[in-house]
Amino acid sequence: MYDFNYEKPASLAAAVATLTGDADAKALAGGMTYIPVLKMRLAKPSAIVDLSAAGLSGITVTASSVTIGAMTTHDTVAKNAQVRAAIPALAALAGGIGDEAVRHRGTIGGSLANNDPAACYPSAVLALGATIKTNKRSIAADDYFQGMFTTALEDGELIVSVEFPIPQKAAYEKFRNPASRYAIVGVFVAKFANGARVAVTGASQGGVFRHEGMEKALSANFSPDATAGVTTDTDNMNQDIHASAEYRAHLVGVVTKRAVAKA
Amino acid sequence: MPQVTLTVNGKQHTVTVEGRTLLVELLREKIGLTGTHVGCDTSQCGACVVHVNGVSAKSCTMLAMQADGANVTTIEGLAAADGTLHPMQEMFREHHALQCGFCTPGMVMSAIDLVNSHPQGLTEKEIREGLEGNLCRCTGYHNIVKAIAAAAPLMHAK
Ligand SMILES: Cc1cc2nc3c(=O)[nH]c(=O)nc-3n(C[C@H](O)[C@H](O)[C@H](O)COP(=O)(O)OP(=O)(O)OC[C@H]3O[C@@H](n4cnc5c(N)ncnc54)[C@H](O)[C@@H]3O)c2cc1C
Ligand code: FES
Ligand code: FES
Repeated sequence: MYDFNYEKPASLAAAVATLTGDADAKALAGGMTYIPVLKMRLAKPSAIVDLSAAGLSGITVTASSVTIGAMTTHDTVAKNAQVRAAIPALAALAGGIGDEAVRHRGTIGGSLANNDPAACYPSAVLALGATIKTNKRSIAADDYFQGMFTTALEDGELIVSVEFPIPQKAAYEKFRNPASRYAIVGVFVAKFANGARVAVTGASQGGVFRHEGMEKALSANFSPDATAGVTTDTDNMNQDIHASAEYRAHLVGVVTKRAVAKA
Repeated sequence: MPQVTLTVNGKQHTVTVEGRTLLVELLREKIGLTGTHVGCDTSQCGACVVHVNGVSAKSCTMLAMQADGANVTTIEGLAAADGTLHPMQEMFREHHALQCGFCTPGMVMSAIDLVNSHPQGLTEKEIREGLEGNLCRCTGYHNIVKAIAAAAPLMHAK
């Protein structure tokens, strides 16, 4: 690891000031992705800005939404009674990320800023039509994800919280890589009064995406059988040692059906 | 160079480190507690698990500076002053839950966290799932699972 200055600002404003004042400074949340990146010398920041004292964690639940602070850990979301009651699928998703030690430190903000194509949270954000709130603006989920490891965030812009509308029903189903526990294919389905939304992670080269065919079928009839016959284009599917493009496309159908059955 | 002040196994330490110093390096190389192991160094194996403010964390994936002000417990901090083993350590011995012992410090720390977070008790399935972040190349896990199942009631009885 290259050396860097370590800073722990006591407020969001101070964190933003440090990051905008130094283009080579980088934010640190749980470090579950970024510290491994530093260890492999894939990045050489001048300073690490630890967000843990900036007041960005916490959960607020209203009748219509769940808002989660960027620094809230996966473990906290998984065990929070209000989240479990309002959007059980979201708590279950958080409880299935990595392992317990990873969940104790990894955060929702870090996961969304990173936008790993196999990460779990992006599917929930996109399927629930959540809003990403930053220190500058609010970004709709449909505008936020811009391809693997790419988001609408600008340099020095920090995620402050994420607001999820509460659906009528939802579920997340993950076909996971047994070693890393990331999604080979993960599908989040959500049913709202005005229709269904389906987001797929792990499968595509472009990162998380909405599955129009599944959304159409499930908006007409939100039942596992409605997914039969809905196909997934292999063209943009990821292909690696874990699964071929054809296998991933097939899994999207299987995993979506399971998710609907669970919802 | 930055200074980190933290409590390790009940004793306060103030140590000069680099920004990039990992918590596991601080523990092993600066404080001399070599019970915490580095297996993979890629956040996968759990050999380096310690407790930070009472919950499990992979000390190879945490900066020493992130532990400033924290209360850290390592495998060395479990036994009583007179050498009496912690019930989890005792059950690992009783059930032969280790062979080479390399994964054991992390296994024991994760296992204690698992029992602590399940006051209502643990099923075998929950134990196996709870060990997802700890890899063992020797035992095949069966005896580790038995040891944890045996230690849970002893820990809750205390
Ligand atoms: C063994 C292992 C297994 C895992 N398995 C899974 C899995 O099954 N599913 C899954 O989804 N993930 C998995 N992860 C990843 C885990 O969820 C990470 O916690 C997450 O991807 C990154 O979150 P973090 O808080 O650790 O962020 P960090 O690593 O600290 O930061 C990641 C990036 O986000 C930036 N950043 C952090 N916070 C903010 C913010 N508030 N605003 C703007 N930018 C910010 C940082 O600058 C950095 O570039 C796994 C990780 C490990 C080590
Ligand atoms: S050495 Fe830390 S997880 Fe393997
Ligand atoms: S006892 Fe050898 S790795 Fe677990």
